[in-house]
Amino acid sequence: MTSAIVIRDLHKSFGSLEVLKGVSLDAAEGEVISIIGASGSGKSTLLRCIPLLEVPDSGEIIIGGEALRMRRRHGRPEPADSSQVNRVRGSLGFVFQSFNLWPHMTVLQNLIEAPVHVQKRSRAECVAEAEALLKKVGMAEKRDAYPAHLSGGQQQRAAIARALAMRPRALLFDEPTSSLDPELVGEVLQVIAGLAAEGRTMLIVTHEMSFAAEVSSRAIFLHAGRIEEEGPPKQVFGDPLTERCRSFVARHLNR
Amino acid sequence: MNELSFIADTMRQLLTGVPLTLELTLISVGVGGALAIILSVLRASFTPFAWFVRLYVFALRGTPLLLQMFLIYYGLGQFDAVQRSFLWPFLRQPYWCAILALSLNTAAYGSEIIRGGLQSVPAGSIESARVCGMSGLLLYRRVILPLALRQALPAYGSEVIAMVKSTSLASIVTLMEISGIAYAIISETYRALEVFLCAGLIYLAINFVLTRAVAGLEIWLSPHLRPATS
Repeated sequence: MTSAIVIRDLHKSFGSLEVLKGVSLDAAEGEVISIIGASGSGKSTLLRCIPLLEVPDSGEIIIGGEALRMRRRHGRPEPADSSQVNRVRGSLGFVFQSFNLWPHMTVLQNLIEAPVHVQKRSRAECVAEAEALLKKVGMAEKRDAYPAHLSGGQQQRAAIARALAMRPRALLFDEPTSSLDPELVGEVLQVIAGLAAEGRTMLIVTHEMSFAAEVSSRAIFLHAGRIEEEGPPKQVFGDPLTERCRSFVARHLNR
Repeated sequence: MNELSFIADTMRQLLTGVPLTLELTLISVGVGGALAIILSVLRASFTPFAWFVRLYVFALRGTPLLLQMFLIYYGLGQFDAVQRSFLWPFLRQPYWCAILALSLNTAAYGSEIIRGGLQSVPAGSIESARVCGMSGLLLYRRVILPLALRQALPAYGSEVIAMVKSTSLASIVTLMEISGIAYAIISETYRALEVFLCAGLIYLAINFVLTRAVAGLEIWLSPHLRPATS
């Protein structure tokens, strides 16, 4: 079976701070991988490197069998082919911690924007698909609302629908519930769990340990820019092999 | 001639200058506005251009518009190359010289206003557009500029009002817009007070309509900032 996302020996520094010190990861089609770790462990940076929101210093990223071509210019790495980057980005749905809906567009306009203008699909088809997606995330009645008029949970559900509207091969979630009020977390997790149950390929960076234990097929514990522990959720959350992972999970599971 | 009929007659004459004043304003705000967008986007995205744009803004904001108009109207004609170029049929006319000076000047102010708007665009909105595969012109056209221009609109409204008033300088290069006509009436009648008051009232009326129009445009363009209707 081909891998949806392969990462090989990824390194990334911000100035003198080395955030990723050689991370490798292989996500098969349909796999749900949760990535956990303390703040500063590099888990968000790892996720953001996949669609090249951060450009890694070295290492390889392969999406659906297609390696992202990089080159060096003035000693700094950069994408070699921007059209490849745009195409690959379109095949990945990315959900941000802070939603990042476009404030000047309604929910429906947010959903059809990229499918119509980037993927050049017909507007009527995109609208029909967007309406179905909004229904799926429980936002059908908010299609004409502007983001500023929605709660955080509603905005995040709309943002998930926006990511799905691109018909992505994989979904990347960067702490999708971290900026939500506690009572709104559940509605968003429910939507994500539903997508996991559909067999979608997903990478989820999260602090919601019990949720991660429940939905993921594999869990990765990052520490100081390296994968410290990796395995089925039963192991990582239930009976970790490493001491660091054990104490991290113990601190977070009981919150 | 009694006072009232003199004022009525003055008003009638001054009003014939309104179309030219509006024409100068609209064309230069249109041309200058487009130039301002190009300059501010160049400054934001191409480092080599940043210096050129900064120099341009420094020069055109730092010198009087009147002087710029003189330089274009009296100065350009001294170069043979200009006289021989295809632009000469335009540049020898005071009308086009005035429009050129007004456009270049408002482009400098406008690009600074739009620069402020560009800086106000949330980084998250740009990032989420990039991650959807948008870049370059598409990213500017669909996400960055709509957000930046909405933000810049209130300040840009002031610039348009300033432009209406700046067109009065075109009278110095012989154009008979409102102020030009006012000078002409005064040189015949020596009644500066009444004539200038009448001219001032006309400028006020134009700018009143303009202010309302900009406010209406602001509301129309910002449904996302209004309270929810549903």
